[in-house]
Amino acid sequence: MTVRVVERPARTLAVQIYFIEAWKGLGVTFRHFFVNMFRHAARALGLKGWAPGAVTIQYPEEPAVLGARARTRHRLLKRDDGAPRCTACLLCETICPARCIRITAENAPDVLVEKRAKSFDIDLGMCVFCGYCVEACPVDAIHMDSNEVEIASYSRADMIWTMPQLLGDEPKRPSSFP
Amino acid sequence: MILLWSGVKVAFALTFGMSIAGLLGWVERKQSAVMQDRIGANRADILGFTLIGLFHPIADAIKMLTKEDLVPKGALKPFHGLAPMISLGCGLFCLAAMPFGGTVTVLGRVWSLQPVESSVGLPLVLAALGLGVHGIVMAGYASGSNYGLLGALRGASQMIASEVCLVASLAGTLFLYGTLDLQQAVLWQAAHAWGIVFQPLGFLLFLTAGAAVTKRTPFDLPEGESEIVGYHVEYSGMKFGMFLMTDLIESIVVCCLVASLYLGGWAIPGLDLPAMGLLGGVLMAASFSFKVALLIFLLMQVRWTLPRFRFDQLLDLGWKNMLPLSLANFLVTVWGVYLWR
Repeated sequence: MTVRVVERPARTLAVQIYFIEAWKGLGVTFRHFFVNMFRHAARALGLKGWAPGAVTIQYPEEPAVLGARARTRHRLLKRDDGAPRCTACLLCETICPARCIRITAENAPDVLVEKRAKSFDIDLGMCVFCGYCVEACPVDAIHMDSNEVEIASYSRADMIWTMPQLLGDEPKRPSSFP
Repeated sequence: MILLWSGVKVAFALTFGMSIAGLLGWVERKQSAVMQDRIGANRADILGFTLIGLFHPIADAIKMLTKEDLVPKGALKPFHGLAPMISLGCGLFCLAAMPFGGTVTVLGRVWSLQPVESSVGLPLVLAALGLGVHGIVMAGYASGSNYGLLGALRGASQMIASEVCLVASLAGTLFLYGTLDLQQAVLWQAAHAWGIVFQPLGFLLFLTAGAAVTKRTPFDLPEGESEIVGYHVEYSGMKFGMFLMTDLIESIVVCCLVASLYLGGWAIPGLDLPAMGLLGGVLMAASFSFKVALLIFLLMQVRWTLPRFRFDQLLDLGWKNMLPLSLANFLVTVWGVYLWR
């Protein structure tokens, strides 16, 4: 094991006086202030090519910026013939640590598939967005890439998404204030 | 006529103070936001117009006025109510003694633009600033809360430590000008050169001590917005608002003092303003306000840049560093003036 020697910044007289260091700090904040003011002014005048003067995202008006790998609201995928990919194997329901998935199975008309989901409900009020369901799925039927995070509602019942809603066949109507 | 004019001037000084103090709430939010790459408060609107957040001070005032005014059970009620008034009153009184302008001749009469003309204007201002301590101690004592009392003691010892330096750093400057009248000090600077040229160290010491007297960050130990329990812990509603207002007004007062003692007051170099009539008067007030605004901008920037001092560091700064420096500055100035005359 090697010992790493960390150089402490020397407390010279110039540092101890504090006054010079204070002005250095003021220099940084003054630079930020004037650069940002210039950018705000340039953009307010309609000049192109200037970076924004602030990093703030005005969230409800501007869309939220999500990472490329962000786990968002689930969606169920379909096969090429339009039937849901889900074979009701219950692996996702089994692995789910929050126990928010409820699947009921039924016989599929396609003999190669054998089973399909009759209903597939996810209670997003309980979901912890861990992504285990996506990892567990053997047929790539469930994804968490809808890029939708505004799923709040006024009641617990409204937090449950049904299969047509997860497939995108039926819109999820926002609940009204009780 | 003279009485009426005095009333107008005092009313102007008070309105100046109150409106600038209100505006400072906006300046503080926006300036700190811009220097931290943020946008700052911009949501308060009237009919959809937000006017870059200018309505937020109004929203603040409405909030303060409509909040419940709580007086704790063990409080000394009359003094609990009196304390914020003393604080705010002392701050506002200082503003009335500021030289917003010199004298101008309009319509064959000589008008003075200083609200309260006094040959001892500066001691009056310093005395009123010093009386502000009473407001703090009274607030802490009358609250009936030990936290408030401790905050008040902290505030008092800080204000005394910094006020001694404030006066000591002024001593050299006043010796140089040979007057206690703020108007005369401005005229002396107009005749020679700005005070900052003769007293650079005095300027810095006065500005630092002034920031400490007004209890603004990095010297905001008496209140310490969210982290330290201060003397106004038992205050709510507009009484609390009055304490906040006092800090803002005192910082305006300190900036006015610095502007008139070190930055030439209302004078503009190269222009003979008293001889220019009405235009001269307007230019005087504009130049003075501009200098005050610049100083407030600087103090705001300091407030949002430097971290808070520890209490022992603050007292060390006041008693062990700034006071000896101020006295040394005074001695050097005295010798300089003696050799010069």
